[in-house]
Amino acid sequence: MEAVLAIAIGALAGSGVWLLLRPRTFQVIIGLTLISYAVNLFIFSIGGLRVGADPVLAGGATDLSRYADPLPQALVLTAIVIGFATTALFLVVLLTSRGLAGNDHVDGEDGTP
Amino acid sequence: MNGALAVTPVLIPLAAAAVQVLLGIRLRRLRTGLSFLSCLALVAVAAMLMMSASAPGGEGATLVYSLGNWPARFAIVLVVDRLSALMLLLTAVLALAVLPYALGRWQRMGPHFQPLVQLLLVGYNGAFLTGDLFNLFVFFEVLLAASYGLALHGSGARRVGAGLHYIAINLTASMLFLIGVGLIFGVTGTLNMAVLAHLIPGLTGTPRALMHGGAALLGLAFLIKAAVWPVGFWLPRTYSAAIPPVAALFAAMTKLGIYVILRLSLLLFGADAGAASAHFGSEWLLWLGIITLVAGSIGMLGARDLGKLAAYCVLVSSGTLLGAVALHSPAVTAGALAYLVISVLGIAAFFLLAGLVAPREAHDGAARLEPYDPAIDALFAAEDERRVTSPAPVVILAACFLACGLLLAGLPPLSGFIAKFALLAPMLVEHGMGATLLFALTIAAGLCTVIAMARAGIQIFWADEDREFPRVEPGEMVSVVALLGICLVLTFVVAAPWNYLAATARQIHAPGHYIHAVTGQATEARP
Repeated sequence: MEAVLAIAIGALAGSGVWLLLRPRTFQVIIGLTLISYAVNLFIFSIGGLRVGADPVLAGGATDLSRYADPLPQALVLTAIVIGFATTALFLVVLLTSRGLAGNDHVDGEDGTP
Repeated sequence: MNGALAVTPVLIPLAAAAVQVLLGIRLRRLRTGLSFLSCLALVAVAAMLMMSASAPGGEGATLVYSLGNWPARFAIVLVVDRLSALMLLLTAVLALAVLPYALGRWQRMGPHFQPLVQLLLVGYNGAFLTGDLFNLFVFFEVLLAASYGLALHGSGARRVGAGLHYIAINLTASMLFLIGVGLIFGVTGTLNMAVLAHLIPGLTGTPRALMHGGAALLGLAFLIKAAVWPVGFWLPRTYSAAIPPVAALFAAMTKLGIYVILRLSLLLFGADAGAASAHFGSEWLLWLGIITLVAGSIGMLGARDLGKLAAYCVLVSSGTLLGAVALHSPAVTAGALAYLVISVLGIAAFFLLAGLVAPREAHDGAARLEPYDPAIDALFAAEDERRVTSPAPVVILAACFLACGLLLAGLPPLSGFIAKFALLAPMLVEHGMGATLLFALTIAAGLCTVIAMARAGIQIFWADEDREFPRVEPGEMVSVVALLGICLVLTFVVAAPWNYLAATARQIHAPGHYIHAVTGQATEARP
């Protein structure tokens, strides 16, 4: 399971970085989104991967090793919310830039309107 | 002292912003009044926190507030020590001084200037107060979200273009931040800075390497915020495109990056962190600081408008501070803190001035400098040797410009000189090529500042007789004079601030007190 997750994170991050370096604003925002998926999966995995483990202690639980670490899950939720909000804001700026510059190049000028 | 006071610097602007948004854009006066009230309250609270943090000895020195009263290893803690209190007071004073400037034409350029400024303050204050890395991330995002709105305030193709780059690079930096936080949490199982500092000396082998990797990624994220050389190219364009009061408020943002690097490098990788981790990365920080200093100086000499010139001043001060922080010497750190305070106030005043001397119709930028062309140079022609009469506002503007130049270059008699002297004098006893180079380059950067400022001043106030200065609104003048006035007062009132800064530097160089205050508090709170 670790290998699958690691490959998924790597593929997401790699494609994200490639798209981030592209000249079109839409590619940049998709790249940022992919990177944020990769980062969220990464944070989710730092508590250790377990199938079917409960993050909330049931009454009288003593064996903590049978439970998942709840803190990374809380962290990743916060990170998802913040990432979502900032991506939405970036999208608005992207559309404004498209409207003002007349093209979707990241520098607002590329010779092909 | 009641620990709950530590959370008020976050709550006051948050409440003000919430009410301002609810009030809507019709009740502009009420919104402005609220902003002033909030900033005044912030200055008062910051001063109280500063007094409690500098109370001699005992438990009163470092104030810890654990939200929800959970143990520190899991909980969110807010910590006020001397350094946090200093930064809180600095941003509160900066915000209060900049507010009058925006009252006139600037805040009318868009609907939500005042609430965004308050949210920016929430981000600043939270980041200065927080005692754990994840909350640092959260408050950084709050700060950045507000700063995106402020950078775009006034709209226009140039601002939107610069804002697009600014947002993209900051989102990327936030991702690096999260990866670093993830690595550190994976290794240690905590994100509390004090608990981390406690755990790091015990790490060995792979966990230590992962910890270093995580810290390096975190550091990279903060270096991007501090606009250090290879990752700082976003700054001049963004800052010169933003409206002057926003750029002035942003002057403290790069210092937030420096603050975090100072805090974390001394807390996590101080002398107590074990042989393999002590002073981790400080060589890199020193050389990056030196390169930033050089890059900023070159940019300053080449800057073609006042906004860019001020932006490169930010780079120069960032580089100087980073290099000074990397030397790990309490005396140099104390000087660096003095330099930080003066450079924030001086650069903010300079951004505001740059907005005042720009022609009014040129909404899209600061005063542009004429290209120097000796062929048509009438500068020294005989017919020009008549007495030029300047109207009083222009004389005041020119005097403020001169004061800014002296402050930023670190020339006597103003407080810029005192700060720079305090920074440079202890550097002389430091060994190593880096320290010597930093010393020489800081002085050279001062010379570059003098040249750039003198050139700009001559072109704006002397050479260009036809230049139409826009009418200066009273509020705008109040802001500039207030910022420069604080620097002027700091020229005469030196002993008390200097003692505070020296004690601050000693305190952050001996992080045992901080660690004890946070973790000791946690054991008490445990049921």
